[in-house]
Amino acid sequence: MSVAVERPRASWAEPVRLLAVRTAALSTVELQKLRSDHTELFTRMVQPVLWLLVFGQIFSRIRAIPTGDLPYLAYLTPGILAQSALFVAIFFGIQIIWERDAGILTKVMVTPTPRAAIIMAKRSRRACAGSPRSWSSCRWRCCSGSRSPSTRSNCSPPPSPRAQRRLLRLPVHGDRRHRPDPRPADGRRPAHDDAAVLRLQRPLPIEIMPTWLQVISQVNPLTYLVNALRGLLVGPREPVGRLRCARRAAVLGIIGAASVMGKLVR
Amino acid sequence: MTTLAVECTGLVHRFGETVAVDHLDLQIAAGEVFGLLGPNGAGKTTTIRVLNTLLPAQQGSVRIFGLDIRRRALDVRRHLGYVPQQLSIEAALTGRQNVTWFARLFDVPRAERAARVDDALDAMDLLSVADRRAGSYSGGMIRRLELAQALVNRPDLLVLDEPTVGLDPIARAGVWERVRQMQADHGMTVLLTTHYMEEADELCDTVALMHHGRLQAVGSPTELRAGIGPEATLEDVFRRYAGAGLEDHSAEGVRNVRRSRTTARKLG
Ligand SMILES: Nc1ncnc2c1ncn2[C@@H]1O[C@H](COP(=O)(O)OP(=O)(O)OP(=O)(O)O)[C@@H](O)[C@H]1O
Ligand SMILES: [Mg+2]
Repeated sequence: MSVAVERPRASWAEPVRLLAVRTAALSTVELQKLRSDHTELFTRMVQPVLWLLVFGQIFSRIRAIPTGDLPYLAYLTPGILAQSALFVAIFFGIQIIWERDAGILTKVMVTPTPRAAIIMAKRSRRACAGSPRSWSSCRWRCCSGSRSPSTRSNCSPPPSPRAQRRLLRLPVHGDRRHRPDPRPADGRRPAHDDAAVLRLQRPLPIEIMPTWLQVISQVNPLTYLVNALRGLLVGPREPVGRLRCARRAAVLGIIGAASVMGKLVR
Repeated sequence: MTTLAVECTGLVHRFGETVAVDHLDLQIAAGEVFGLLGPNGAGKTTTIRVLNTLLPAQQGSVRIFGLDIRRRALDVRRHLGYVPQQLSIEAALTGRQNVTWFARLFDVPRAERAARVDDALDAMDLLSVADRRAGSYSGGMIRRLELAQALVNRPDLLVLDEPTVGLDPIARAGVWERVRQMQADHGMTVLLTTHYMEEADELCDTVALMHHGRLQAVGSPTELRAGIGPEATLEDVFRRYAGAGLEDHSAEGVRNVRRSRTTARKLG
């Protein structure tokens, strides 16, 4: 029988290895769960399309919202994606509580698994569950855009797989200290004038909102996430710094969530 | 000198005003089967949760195979197999996937993994249903699957919190038979809690009676019975040490009973 003896502490590389292999192991389980329940993928795909269908169609017809030279559907898509990401994040937060109540989380936490790996695995499932959603909304937006001659020219091609992956990795947390950067960035569409660029930096044309909503949108991290998404999807391309800021916020989010995992199972 | 699997001195754990574990001193020798008995709310689960690093040791010291749980929590966990009081498997995964998952979490080398998973499933008599969804298993099978998960890393200390609650007598006997077999094969230490006295009597080398967060008596079942009288059973020992004040904690009783019922209901 093997009985432990005091071993010298492992090197700094050990925690990194542990985090990587445990995240991989837990992610595999998350994907297996996802595979066993196809309805989740399907429902996530349908929801944003319904949003685009109802809101997008109505608002683009009535032309009530000034979006510059960009069709309203293209303008709306990043917001819908961000909103979907937020819903999925909330759902997975609830799911962690279910798993705690079911005792599964407790058992995982008694294995040599860093808390952060549990959060990272949830994120990867979130990304996979969300990918049909982003695909469906991008496709749908493009398909519906191409039906109308006035919007076809403005409809950007669907994002590359790399851009999609980047999108999916984006967190829903944001850096509150960050203020929108009015600098026009290196655009995919040089035709944009400065005013259009400025408008594009906002999730909705903020000027048409009541003042109290304008204040909220300035401090809402999602505003900046939507900006980043819009930059990736329809240009002008987001400054790298803003994406870095989103990534930093994700790391902070993971550390914060991992640090309360212990409390959660208590 | 015997190696100590668990060495716990002056352990205290409070939940707000409630003192769940009250200056507990506990020693479990490596290789023995140790039964922690006590009425509902005695503090058994809380003690187990501190030992397996889920709860912090608020006061006192705890060493598992000589490792301090405060400083070496991750290393401590490498030596543990744990089956919680509550049923806890991923119903959407197959039995094999459930066990493989834990083999990965315990760093069972990839080359050995498949064989070790099959061994664990085989030992629990689940190999023939390994590729069925765990959600379709019966209560007894789920418990055995949990044991397979806990045993796949061949732990040095197996911690079982009421593993037979809600099982019919045959399923219970099946679980114990396999625990005993694994213990004999691998010589691991087993720490278990149960409300079935005859089980504790038959299975455990040492039994501790806990009440109000403290150990009231520790010894082999034979010693404890002899201390009461020639014809005494372990149930008499239980009544002697825990009988008084059983009606004191009705409020927490509701919570505990509800939890047990949930487990029993899930077991079907
Ligand atoms: N999370 C918690 N919050 C508050 N009090 C708790 C919590 N967990 C346990 N307690 C209290 O701590 C005491 C010990 O509970 P514990 O679950 O350890 O008892 P137990 O011996 O395992 O009981 P049972 O046999 O019913 O499982 C009880 O008074 C209980 O109400
Ligand atoms: Mg208990």
